[in-house]
Amino acid sequence: MSTETSPHTHPDTTPRAGSETSADTGVGSGATPGAAVVVERLSAGYPGVRALDEVSITVGAGRICALLGANGSGKSTLFKALLGLHRPTAGTVRLFGMDPSRARRRNQVSYVPQHEQVDTSFPVSVEQVVMMGRYGHMGLTKRARPSDRLACDEALDQVGLSELRRRGIGELSGGQRKRAFLARAIAQQAPLMLLDEPFAGVDRGSEELISSVLKALRDTSGTTVLISTHHLAGVEDLADEVVLLHQRVLAAGLPSEVLTEEQLGRSFGAVLRETT
Amino acid sequence: MWELLVQPMEFPFMQHALAAAIISSVVCALLSCWLVLMGWSLMGEAVAHSILPGIVLAHIFGLPMALGAFVFGMLAVLLIGGISGGSTLKHDTSIGVVFTSLFALGLVLVSRTPSETHLTHILFGNVLGISQQDLLQTAGMGLATVAVLLALRRSFVLLAFDKIHAHTIGLSTGALSILLLALLALTTVTSLQTLGILLVVAMLVVPGATALLLCRRFGPMLAVAACSAAASALIGVYASYWLDISTGGSIVLAQSGQFALAYLFAPVKGMVPRLRQRRQRSAGEHAAPTRPIDTLLDVKDPA
Repeated sequence: MSTETSPHTHPDTTPRAGSETSADTGVGSGATPGAAVVVERLSAGYPGVRALDEVSITVGAGRICALLGANGSGKSTLFKALLGLHRPTAGTVRLFGMDPSRARRRNQVSYVPQHEQVDTSFPVSVEQVVMMGRYGHMGLTKRARPSDRLACDEALDQVGLSELRRRGIGELSGGQRKRAFLARAIAQQAPLMLLDEPFAGVDRGSEELISSVLKALRDTSGTTVLISTHHLAGVEDLADEVVLLHQRVLAAGLPSEVLTEEQLGRSFGAVLRETT
Repeated sequence: MWELLVQPMEFPFMQHALAAAIISSVVCALLSCWLVLMGWSLMGEAVAHSILPGIVLAHIFGLPMALGAFVFGMLAVLLIGGISGGSTLKHDTSIGVVFTSLFALGLVLVSRTPSETHLTHILFGNVLGISQQDLLQTAGMGLATVAVLLALRRSFVLLAFDKIHAHTIGLSTGALSILLLALLALTTVTSLQTLGILLVVAMLVVPGATALLLCRRFGPMLAVAACSAAASALIGVYASYWLDISTGGSIVLAQSGQFALAYLFAPVKGMVPRLRQRRQRSAGEHAAPTRPIDTLLDVKDPA
């Protein structure tokens, strides 16, 4: 299944289509056909707090899915569970039919961090940050090969930062910095990309550029994109699917179905308006 | 001038001292670049103090000092990790609890051990008493540490910069952290004879801090830290000979002096350039002709 849904993956990192998978039809054993992300009855939390309650989500390969929720809705916890940074109390996560840790080792997942997670005083340049996206393809000493440099050049070009590649990561504006980390994820060439609040603290121009880059990734290399956001704006044009989350899945489907005034108002609006 | 430099080196003990001081400060300086960026400055202090019981036990049982020290250094690291991971206590709290406890255990063990002369050497170092064999051991361990650090330097930088990304691409952040801490323990042991437990932490923090003020990229930062540390060792050893003062103390003071200079005059991040820039900016903003000069000088900076 994964061999088909991730055409740009390198041969050595592509998971073998095992005997249980019929590669011709793209139907995995038991799993949803062509699904990149399958979350089943996932519950998770912290001492005294329940963050996720029996959440089930399926994201088809090559789709852009927006995970919409207010602060404290469990979006971050769900992302952490997908990345294997948080151990759920119940339920399962499969990425391309694999266990998350296996998917990470096979370079199937890239992650674009939130604003606040970046140390802007760190002595590192934009191109060095983008090169870190290639580390999963490299050997023990992480020495760059020509193919790695090429991937970085292309990624920088895509997000329009080629001119600023020698700048320090702290010498960029918020939107530019976001694009730098997007370039790192592009250079990684993983079939699944997770973006944590990609539009927070980002200027209009960068927001439009990020949206069009994500669409291009989906269309040209079949990348599955999962966006966590609390911004309604921009989601409707960008996402193929929307999941409304507040501890549980409140609604999921096409943007035109989910993002109706009625749906938002009934299940979600109060919470959302409070915090955005 | 030539006399000044050559005469001390006629004594073999001075040659050994200078070589040992330079080797251990350069190894410490390289490691300090990562420690400063990881926010692990206190870990150096913790490991340095915690190895005291290991040294005393090794002395009692006739084992190599370095072995006992390394074992207790790692024990401290694991205890600190275990306590902050297994409770709601903050990291610096568990550091404070662990290293003082182990240091106290060391003091108690020392008080029951006949030879007392060792203690001052362990606490303050004894760089002038270094034998050729000690020097070889220092050089060997230093070389091994530097080799591992440089081979894995990109992974360690990534670990310091973005743990989540490191995790996402399948690197084992836990294993990398433990390895870096093991190198810290090894380096501390290596430098013990030069500076002693009390001052080794300076070599594990100050050169990296100085270099971070002066550099905008990690590669140059390594070079600046190493050069600054080597120069400090040179200045310290000569100063201690001619002025008859503590060698370890002189080396650390030389490093502190360089840090102070960097703090004040570093091209971009230094105090003086920043103040000058700030003044120029506020002068540009407020130099309207109607404005009296006293309010101009009184401009409060929002930062």
